Formats: sequence, structure tokens, C-alpha cells
Amino acid sequence: MSGVEYLSPGSVAEAVRALQVDGARVMAGGTDLLVQMRIGRAKPNVVVDLKRIPGIADIREEDGAFIIGAAASGAALGEHEALRKAWPGVVEAANLIGSTQVQGRASLGGNLCNASPAADSVPALIAAGATCVIAGPNGEREALVETIQVAPGKTTLAKGEVLLAFRLPKWTAHTGDAYLRLIPRTEMDIAVVGAGVCVTLDATGKCIAARVSVGAVAPTALLVEAAGAALVGSSFDDAALAKLEAAIAAAARPISDKRGTAEYRTKVAAVLARRAVLIARDRAKA
Amino acid sequence: MSRTVVNAVVNGEPVEFLAGGGQSLLDALRDELRLTGSKEGCGTGDCGACSVIVDGRLVCACLMLAPEAEGKRIETIEGLADNGHLHPLQHQFLEHAALQCGFCTPGLLMASKALLDRNPDPTETEVRYWLAGNICRCTGYDKVVRAVMDAAADLRQEGRPK
Amino acid sequence: MSDGNQPPSSLKVVGTRPIRPDGVDKVTGRAQFGADFHLPGMLTGRIKRSPHAHARIVKIDTSAAEKLPGVKAVVTGADLDVGAGGDIEAGEHAAAMKDVAANCLASGKVFYQGHAVAAVAATSPEIAADALDLIEVIYEVLPHVVDVDEAMAPGAPVLHDDMFTKGVTPKPAKASNVAQKHVMGRGDVAGAFAAAAVVVEGRYTTAAVHQGYIEPHACVAAWGADGQSTIWCSSQGQFLVRAMTARILNMPLSDIKVIPAEIGGGFGGKTTVYLEPVALALSRKCGRPVKLVMSREEVFLASGPTSGSSMDVRLAATKDGKITAAEMTLRYQAGAFAGSPVNLGCMTAFACYDVEHLALVGYDVVSNRPKVAAYRAPGAPMAAFAVESAIDDLARKLKMDPIDLRILNAVKDGAKTVYGATVRYSAFIETLQAVKAHPHYQSKLKAGQARGVAAGFWFNIGGESSAAVHVDEDGGATVVSSNPDIGGSRASMAMMAAETLGLPIERVRCTVADTTSIGFSGSTGGSRVTFATGMAVVEAAQKVVADLKRRAAQTWECDLAHVEWKDGVATCLDPSKDAKPLSLKALAGKSAKTGGPIAAEVSLNAQGAAAGYGVHVCDLEIDPETGRTTILRYTAAQDVGRAIHPAYVEGQLQGGAAQGVGWALNEEYVYNAKGLLDNASFLDYRMPVASDLPMIDTILVEAKPNPRHPYGAKGVGEVPIVPPLAAVANAISAVVGQRMTSLPLSPAKVLAAGKAP
Repeated sequence: MSGVEYLSPGSVAEAVRALQVDGARVMAGGTDLLVQMRIGRAKPNVVVDLKRIPGIADIREEDGAFIIGAAASGAALGEHEALRKAWPGVVEAANLIGSTQVQGRASLGGNLCNASPAADSVPALIAAGATCVIAGPNGEREALVETIQVAPGKTTLAKGEVLLAFRLPKWTAHTGDAYLRLIPRTEMDIAVVGAGVCVTLDATGKCIAARVSVGAVAPTALLVEAAGAALVGSSFDDAALAKLEAAIAAAARPISDKRGTAEYRTKVAAVLARRAVLIARDRAKA
Repeated sequence: MSRTVVNAVVNGEPVEFLAGGGQSLLDALRDELRLTGSKEGCGTGDCGACSVIVDGRLVCACLMLAPEAEGKRIETIEGLADNGHLHPLQHQFLEHAALQCGFCTPGLLMASKALLDRNPDPTETEVRYWLAGNICRCTGYDKVVRAVMDAAADLRQEGRPK
Repeated sequence: MSDGNQPPSSLKVVGTRPIRPDGVDKVTGRAQFGADFHLPGMLTGRIKRSPHAHARIVKIDTSAAEKLPGVKAVVTGADLDVGAGGDIEAGEHAAAMKDVAANCLASGKVFYQGHAVAAVAATSPEIAADALDLIEVIYEVLPHVVDVDEAMAPGAPVLHDDMFTKGVTPKPAKASNVAQKHVMGRGDVAGAFAAAAVVVEGRYTTAAVHQGYIEPHACVAAWGADGQSTIWCSSQGQFLVRAMTARILNMPLSDIKVIPAEIGGGFGGKTTVYLEPVALALSRKCGRPVKLVMSREEVFLASGPTSGSSMDVRLAATKDGKITAAEMTLRYQAGAFAGSPVNLGCMTAFACYDVEHLALVGYDVVSNRPKVAAYRAPGAPMAAFAVESAIDDLARKLKMDPIDLRILNAVKDGAKTVYGATVRYSAFIETLQAVKAHPHYQSKLKAGQARGVAAGFWFNIGGESSAAVHVDEDGGATVVSSNPDIGGSRASMAMMAAETLGLPIERVRCTVADTTSIGFSGSTGGSRVTFATGMAVVEAAQKVVADLKRRAAQTWECDLAHVEWKDGVATCLDPSKDAKPLSLKALAGKSAKTGGPIAAEVSLNAQGAAAGYGVHVCDLEIDPETGRTTILRYTAAQDVGRAIHPAYVEGQLQGGAAQGVGWALNEEYVYNAKGLLDNASFLDYRMPVASDLPMIDTILVEAKPNPRHPYGAKGVGEVPIVPPLAAVANAISAVVGQRMTSLPLSPAKVLAAGKAP
């Protein structure tokens, strides 16, 4: 790590300028970047630490919609009572990233922009319908979370752009979300498969909206529209769940690697999606 | 190589040291401040041997850049005992034989302290999941968990502030 | 000599649980491990490693690196000079020094990704890293082979063209990857199988697993201008480091002083050298101290795991469950150079059982992986996995309780093992009975849960050790031990000395000495330190007691035969003398008048180590839709002789069990098609974390203390890793209804098995 310059800009404009330099990398919690620097996969000239930008780690509510600063740590999310109540799936997904120590630093922004296919928070954010607030040399823009990851390690953020915050939709009654992942141990593993679900019910408990997203079964997290469609109009009966599982299995196109085989991932993705759906439904009812 | 001056408070004492832009906080603690109690077991945040508490937050020092320490309050293993009086966690680790080689012990103690600062009455499951980021290869964790739970009881009894 | 069968109630210190004397340093961060040393002028060393699994080194050009400002020394294999001489004893195996040297810095060929080819010492870590990039190495890449069965197959790429299988007559005409074939056995196996009522058989495979010590290898080496050098290192044997380093650099032993740092885990993996000769060679070139520390990635790439294995086992039994014969072939990976523990696997495979007819064949096979190093009961866990799984099959077939089946077949004192030793002081049957009576075994399982039982054996060794006991002028004592403390042995050394001297434990301290300050010792390993070094400590303390009695007699002017030593006090038994008792403190206070300082040092070669036996029980459940295992309950029972410090003995059982669980469920080396390691980090080399395990209950069986040890101790450290592989596998096999034969039992494997018809 010889010759790395550390910058800690105090404003968005400063950060955007700093990131336009060749070899500049953004840092929030640093739990991905520092590992990559350590193993030689990332060799930045400049590290741009976002954490001094005002509000970049804040969690606030605006008319029932949560705005989560891109650098807010998983631990901070977990400690936010109102956010946990409204979006337990997003919070539990964020809280699964790494150890307690990593939780003290890791952020949703980093998790998304690192663009690992197995990122835990991404399927939950996609299922929730979250958007990203992005600042860049050409101003600010907003984009759905599912449009950000393009390929492992690659995002649609242009040079100089920085993710500022996530906006969760306004919370409505009878909505529940959940995230599950499969790892061989109980902690400390990268997800072999992850499933994020958000459902909305009507007063009778019938599903009127559903978003289902799976992770680690494709180069990016997938929003499986057919899986959501399989649930809408149903009361989560076995037939609907079977359709859901089939839709997941059809959409999954995982690789085989040291963390799991393609066959195993496909099977388990369907299982986890189904289980997450039922948890989300129970939360929506409560 | 650009090095900057960093001012921080470590174990209650103000310190000043030179930090490289890409140097980790762990390397700065060990090499600049000669606080070698925090250990490198992996350098990539997977083992917890470098656990320290920064502004009240448990983190891996290997996953923080040294310049980030500017203005921060950092607690390391060297500051856990109070002027030579062992913290109940240290005392219980010794009583329970919750260490064998002792390499993971500083990290485990700091992580346990962070737990008890937050949750004075954890269940066994809560202790195990909180400490999942601290790998121990010697003990099988049994005596570690017992030591933490007994230390929690000690602290509750003493009514000790953080 | 104290009788090892002394009833525990008469002991004051041994068997209690005092705080270990070195404990405070470890809980305050004061303890100094290998990477914690700073010396003035110290340089950072870094090693350049092969990116290829198998290649010839065509050329190494270090000139650009040498010119980089801040680089003070660069070395390659050419800077090593392995002197003449035979193998060096390295704990439980001999080490061929030519291979150890070539492993430290390659000579001619590289045999695995990560194989060291050059090293630099520079004034900062950044410059050292840049210097590595400037070293140009030209390789001729060769075909590689990683799997043990593939390495044995005809046509496999051959690593060493001078490797002709030992143990085969006539000597093979062609070089191969089979370094040695071991054969042992007795009786008429073919006949016994022909007559058997029941036969069970199976092929079992295990993956290579790493010891997983949390502290990477680390050392500081300082060359003196007159050639006298000092090395601080994290090692299980300071004398071993001295011997190997001296040989590899062709130096006299007395010119190297090795100071053992605190060691952050070894489990056998630190009973060799990787860094020390390289660090000293660098220091020699520039005259400055050099610190050389492995990263975790380097630990996985370039330090020895234990062997992966492929094994075939067959058992023949009567319809009542008496095993009459067993046949087994073991194929173990040695890694890049010869020397897997396959012979130990052969020796231990059936050591728990009284089997009349045995035929064992073991193949030591090289392949393009890091050279294996010892790992806690080297060679035994894999063999036990196969044997204990087969015995489980037998129990199922005969519908017998797994403990009863093992009791029926258990060795008893007087039986002979296949390697010719006579079984003595064995409490294996008592251990089995203790498990059977234990609440865990008695408890009922819920639906979806299963229980696995397995046994295990380890020899435990004695060997050379030294210790000194010095009495301080104020009546305390210091014990100087020759052995690095990897498990808390300083506590037991102090306790045994305290017991012998009759002092309270608080007055006895124990320190670990460097190679100049104590007599020679073998490494810490083989479960021998409490036994052998403990024996040296006790004998030294007994010499001190004899000396104290002599001084008391001299003071009282009475016959030595009239002096009694008890609880730290000399009493005169001669009624004609008006002699007040003399405490150790009193005698110490006037030692100058009675002959000078009170101290004794003993060096010995401890004989009479007793083997250990373990029995483990594991309850678990499987998620039927994902194959994921949850360990619910675990009990480890062991024949320990006498637990000097019970808490540290329990710790050995719990730690070994945890390692075995990891070995069974998730740990393995994953190689890609290029022979490159895919998972060289703790992220993907999955060791158990705190939330993966329940409490681990222990049963310390002290039914048969070892009378050859002053306090009855048997070695305990290694046995605990032997049973868990099969204990876990037997439980999983019960849940899925199919014999699981291939470790690790990852969720995908278990899910696939559950679905099979």
C-alpha cells in the first residue's frame, strides 16, 4: 500500500471532485475496500473517505419514508428502532453482513457498490423497492437499487459519481419484508444463496403486491418478477408457493464455486424464497 | 509515500503519530504506538484478533485506515485493566481457564467488553453470536462463553458503570 | 519416586485449578508473541512465492530489487547451504533437511503455488513489497497433480525424478510420486475374512485441513558481526529451530541462540521451520535484524496442512460382533516433499481394539501442494474416521449398541498393538463405560435428531526434556522449563514442583528458557510436555528436596535418615535432638551457610509414556431442505491418567473436539483446475466459530493413572481430535440414512445424500 493518499472530504462536491481523479476509490466502512487493498486486488492512488460528509451516515424519516445515509453502519441500522419496525427484512439483511466488528463499519452503500453477487443487503433492498440517491459531476439522480449492479465488481455509477443515500418507499400497513440466507456455518460466511422478499396484503390476508429478489445465483442480485406475480392474488397457498419456487429455479443462473455448486444454489434459492415469503407474510399480518 | 500526523485518544491518553495513507489502524497501533496487544491473525477482518473499540463501536483495527483515527477515542486491550486492577472479564478468563495460547484473547476480551457495555445480561446464544467474529482455535469456546457470562454477573452485581 | 497411583486426596496442588502463572500477561496484551518484537535497525522481510503449482525455475534475477533504495538484502535458495548429516528428530517424525531447506527457499523447482523462491529485507513494509515486484523469476510451467489418487495413477506428472518408492522390493525402475509404502500386520487375514460371518467395507476420503492457529508464523533474526545470532520466534521447539536453522545455513549450533516467544497456537504445525533460516540468511547479508512474518494467505499457501487421504477398510466379525480381522489401505498426501503421517495412521487405526488378524498398507504420496506438517495426532484422525465409520456400520448391521460393540472389542492391558507395543494402564473400557452411564448418552433424541459415537487413540510420547528448579532466597521457587507453552503447561509445571516441594502454588513461578539457558529438549508436541518435562521438573524438585533435607541434617547435626520433608517443612525425627522444624524459607534464607545456592537441573529421556483413549458423543440435526448441520450436544470423554490441572485438561478435550468438528463439517483446501488454492483465507477456509458449537462437556477418566509418571499423568493433548470426525459423520449418516464417506460433510453433500434412494 505504498503511496496511497487518504482524503476525507467535508462535502459532496469535494468528494465528487476527488473521485474524478484516476485511481481514486471511495470508502465508507472500508470492510470491502481494505480487504481488496490488502490482497492486492485494489490498488488505489487515493482513498476518498465519505464519512465526514454531513448526513452521509444519518438515518432519517421523511413523511413515513426512510432515507438511509449510504455510509450508515449495519450496527446503526440495527439500533434504529423505527427502521427495524418498518423494514425488518432490510435491517436483518444488513445485520448479517460479517461479524459484529464488521457490522460496526459496513454500510449499505458499500455493500451495493462493491457489487458482489452475494451481497446480503441487496436482495432485501430490491424487494423493498428502494432507490439510490446518487451525486455526480452532472448533479444528482435517483435510480432503483436493481439498476446499480451490472456484473461482479461493476456498477452503473459513472466516474466521479458517489452514492449518497437509499430511499425506502413510504411504508404502508400490511406490508412485511424478510431476508434469509444460507451459509454453511452460523456466521462469518459469504451467502451461498440469499432471498429477500416484500409482500403487501389486503385486509383478508390476500397478497396484493409482492417483490422477490434472490442473491448469489447470478452475476447480480435478481428481481424475479415471475416469483412476485405467482404470489399476487393468492393467500400463500401451496400452489402459489410451488409456482414461486419454480419461478426462482427458472430465473437462477448460478455458478459453481468454492462456496456452492450451481445445482445446490438453485435448489436452495427456491427453498429460501419460500421460507422468506412466509416470514414476510407473518410480519405483514402482525 | 504520504504520511500525515494523526491525533487521537488511546486508552484515555492523547497520542500523536504518523500514519501512511494506506496504513491500517492495526499497523499504526502496533508499529507507531508500540501497542502490540492487538494482534494480526488475518489482516482481512475474518478472525477478530485485532478487535478494538473506536468511539464506543467494536471494530477490526485491520479494517480501518490509520488516518481515520483522527479525533477518535480508541480502546485497546492495554487499557482494559484499570491501573493494574484487572477488569472482571480478564479475571474471569483467568478463573475459567478461558485461554490457552492467548493469541485471540485480547480480541475476545475487547469484543466481550463491547457486548457487556451494551447488553449487561446476555444469554449464551447472544454471547456466541456476538463473539462469532472472534475465532479461537484452542478452546472450543466453552470456557470463553462461561467466563463472559460470569463476568456479566460480576458487573451487574457491582453495578459498574461502563 | 512418587507413585503415580497416589490417591488424589493426599495431593495438595496437583488436581486443583489455580490461575496459570503466565495468565495476566496474556489477558493484558503484555505477552510477547513472535511478531511483537522490535529491535533497533530492524528491517522488514518479505518472501516472493511461486504463482504456479509446478514449474522449473529457469532464472531468478534479483538485480533490480537489490538496487531499490531501502532494500538491504536479497536471498534465494542459493544462499542456503545444507550441511552434512542425517535427519533431525522433529517431535514425532524425522525431517529430511534437504527437503526442509528446499521448502524454505526453492532449489531448481517449485512444487506448489506459494513455494518460496526469494526473500528481501528492506527498511519498510512498502519498500519490501515493491522489491518483491522487482524480482524477476522465469518459470517453465509443468503439468501438476493435486489429488492423492491421481498422483498415484500411472502417467501422473512426477514431482521428483529421484523418488523411487521406498519399502518396495525390487526398487521400482521408474520414479513416481509414491515416496514410501508401509506394510504392517499380523495373523491370517485372508483366512479370517473367508470364515467371517459379517463383513463391512468402505472407501473413505478426507480433505487436507490446516491446523488453523490464529497466529501466523513470525520471527525476528539478528546476525551478530562475529557470527553469533539470536532468533526470536513463535515455535513449538526452540532447540528444533536452532538445529534446523544451523543445518540449513551450515553453522555451529552454539552460534545460534533461539528465544521462544509466546506461541499463538501450533498443534504440530510449528514443529518445523519456514522463516527462521530465511530471516537469518537475510540478516547475515546485511548485518541488521530482520523481522519475517507470514500473512494469513501465506500461512495457507505455504505452511503445512495435514494430509488429505483416501482409504479402503474392511472388517470381518462374528455374528456376536467380535472383530476377527481388519484390512486397510491408506493413501495420504505428503504435499510437495515426502513425509506424510501415513505410517502413524496405520499404527493407530486399530489400536483401540483387540483384533487378531490385521493387514495394513500405507502409501506416502507427494503432490503439488504445500508440504504437510504435523497436526495434532498426525495421521490418526483420518484413519479413525474410516475405522470408526466401519464399526458404526457393523453396529447397525448387527443391531448392537455402538458402545457395547466397542467394549466387546476393546483392548485390555497386556494385548499387543500391531506396531509391537504392549498395552498398559489402559482405561479405554472405563472410558466407554463412563460415556454409557453419562446423562448425554442416556438422554432421548427428538425427531430429526441423531447421535454419533466414535473412539480414538494416540500413543503420546516421552522423549528428551530438561528442567531446572531454583529456590529463591525468600523461600519461593522458580521452575525453568525447556518447552514452549502451547496449552498452559507452565501452570502444570509449577503445580508439580509446588506439590513436590510442599509449597503453595502462589510461591512457584515457571518460565520457558531459551536454548542457552536450559538443557536440550525435544519440541512441545506428542502430548509429552506434562509427562516428560513434568517428569524432569519433578525430578529436579526431588533433588532440591533431597538437598534441603541434607541441609537440615547439617543444621541439626543429625542423621539424614532422621529428616522428614512434608508440606514444605523439614522435621527432625530423632528424639534426642532438640531440633525445631525448618521451613523451606528458613533453609533458603541461610543457604550460603549450608553449601550455596539451592537449585537442581535435570535432563532426561522420559520413558513410560502411556497411550490415551477417547470416546466422543455428538448429537446433531440436519435441515432437510438445505443439508445444513447444527451440532446440538457434544461430550468428550478421555482416559487422562491424572489431570494435573483439570481445567487445562478439559480445555484440550474441548479444543480438539472443536477442531475435529470443523474437519468433519466444513474445512478443506479447494484447488482450481490450475492447481491454485481457491480459499486461502479464513473467509472460505471455514473453521468453527463460537455460534457453531454448543458447550462441550468433558469426562476425565482417572481410573488408571500412569505409574511411570510421578503424578500419574498421561498425555492428553492429541487424543481429542481423533474421535470427532466419525462421531459427527456417524450422526449425519444416521439422519440421512446413508453412510457418509467423504469429508467435509458440507451442506451440499449432505443434501445430495439425503435425496439419494
